[in-house]
Amino acid sequence: MSDITGETRYTEKSKRIMDAVELRPTDRVPTSFFATFWLAKYGGVSCRDLFYDYNTSCNLMRKAVIELDPDSYISPFLTMLGPSLDATGYKQLQWPGHGVSDNHSFQFLDKEYMTADEYDDFIFDPTGFYLNKYMPRVAEAYEGFAHFPVLPGNMYVTIASGPLVAQLANPEIARSFEAIQKAAQEAQSLMMKCMTFGQEMTAQGYPESFGAVAPAPLDFFGDYFRGAKGILTDIRRRPEKLIEAMEKVLVFLLRGAIGAARMTGNKFVFIPIHWGPDGFMSVQQFKTLWWPTFQRLLLGLIENDLIPVVLWEANCTSRLEIIGDIPAGKAVYWFEHTDLVKAKEVLGKTVCLRGNVPASLLTTGTPEQVDAECRRLIEKVGKDGGFILDGSIGIPDEAPVENVRAMFQSVHKYSV
Amino acid sequence: MDENEKRLIDLVADMEEDDALALAKELLDCGVDPLQVLALCREAMDIVGKRFEEGEYFLPELILAGEVLDQIGVMAKPLIIDSPNKPSRKLGKVLIGTVHGDLHDIGKNIVTFMLDINGFEVKDIGIDVPVSTFLDEIQAFQPQVICLSGFLTLAFDSMKETIEAIEVSGLRNGLKIQIGGGQIDETIRAYTGADAYGLNAVDAVNFCRKSTTGGE
Repeated sequence: MSDITGETRYTEKSKRIMDAVELRPTDRVPTSFFATFWLAKYGGVSCRDLFYDYNTSCNLMRKAVIELDPDSYISPFLTMLGPSLDATGYKQLQWPGHGVSDNHSFQFLDKEYMTADEYDDFIFDPTGFYLNKYMPRVAEAYEGFAHFPVLPGNMYVTIASGPLVAQLANPEIARSFEAIQKAAQEAQSLMMKCMTFGQEMTAQGYPESFGAVAPAPLDFFGDYFRGAKGILTDIRRRPEKLIEAMEKVLVFLLRGAIGAARMTGNKFVFIPIHWGPDGFMSVQQFKTLWWPTFQRLLLGLIENDLIPVVLWEANCTSRLEIIGDIPAGKAVYWFEHTDLVKAKEVLGKTVCLRGNVPASLLTTGTPEQVDAECRRLIEKVGKDGGFILDGSIGIPDEAPVENVRAMFQSVHKYSV
Repeated sequence: MDENEKRLIDLVADMEEDDALALAKELLDCGVDPLQVLALCREAMDIVGKRFEEGEYFLPELILAGEVLDQIGVMAKPLIIDSPNKPSRKLGKVLIGTVHGDLHDIGKNIVTFMLDINGFEVKDIGIDVPVSTFLDEIQAFQPQVICLSGFLTLAFDSMKETIEAIEVSGLRNGLKIQIGGGQIDETIRAYTGADAYGLNAVDAVNFCRKSTTGGE
């Protein structure tokens, strides 16, 4: 590592990333380090150790960032959630030592967490639905909230006494508050650790990749509420209801992302896309159901001076023309399997592209093969700027360290 | 085939769920052989499968058609009494499961469904399937094709181990192995030693057709 100061390094790296985002030429192709449980492999510890020990996660992230010298890195927040998940009794994931082995990453459980006939409840009163139905279903600590009384309609002394207040004596509600207190303390420790780590890395010269996360409205319902079968049948059975719910939640998603970005002071909003790719629905369904609320999410973030970083998973070739309808130089589109050369042709004047060294190559290839693929991407996609080199889904958990090194070294060898 | 029977096929194939269910009920109430009603549904599913292969239908249509089929099955099956009709011959046997360490099943379920409606006898042995379970099931079920599913990158090694174990146990002869999942490509096919990989359910069906004696 050179002997430049952290401040100089931070300025250089931030500028390189912003130049790429705003489609200006860069001195070299920037890189971003997006790793989660790969840190366990890198550090020779178990995924469980990483997940439960804040210091282990932070120390390994620091070591990896300093060694690989990326232009931005992802906070280790996701790899140290163990104590928080335990404290809330979270039900939507299985994690190392809890449903999966100590050496495997966490995995989401696809299930129906909201029934089809509950769309109306959600649309009428999202907060009430979360409090009484959704939160108790997805985490044990909130189970007592199923008994939480309905607040609207109360007034005057019914707020001071009577049935509303008496119902709060329910011991299950009290147990929930007690459990949530413990979970809240854990969450505060985690947030504090992340913040301190971020400040330390800033001082060393490394910008954090994201300040907020937001899902696409349809994916929000597909992933976390309706499950795969539910959302796919909703697209045919009740598209109007789905649209109404997406319209409703869009406001919350925007407010949430804007609030989080302001709190962290980081303009980049990470948006992983799950249900939009080719093959999941027709182009017509994509245009009429999936894209309109998502486009408004992007425009809303951009209007608030935030930078969406959209990870378009799987293959999205048939969507390229449609998703180009946003202002130029304001967003990053990270593609997993979509051919980046083709994406550059269609979107090169609109968005900064990111990706996409295949996970298969990073995991099972040789450093020479990784180097050759990076060179191809740098020369073909990096030409004239607007490109950030990364893995197709970041760094796969099992990728050999020498392959990851080859990827990060490539930008110093082949920059355009 | 009378007018109503033809209409049932069209309604199921065209995603007219409510009308299809009403007509199926009407046919059954009028005494039409429940096996005939199910045969009409299979014909409709052939059309759905073709439209999916041709890029006219996508996952929403596939899943909805499956739901309609299930609901008609619930109506029809209790009415089946000793029928002279024999079940139709299956194209071949396919064993499918998500490899150990991986809990994902969306893709696997879609492939299972597509194989089933295309006439294969499919045995789905679930998620996070240990190598030893695959070996036991191969011996018991005697499939012609094995489909290994996995969404995460950890599945690369699980697939490789499973295929190596099948080989070491002497069970690979005459058996075709296909892998599939979000991260699977030719690099991983070569790494695991599988015979083929599929990008989607249509690929899976085509490979199984080619690999079984009943296929083209």
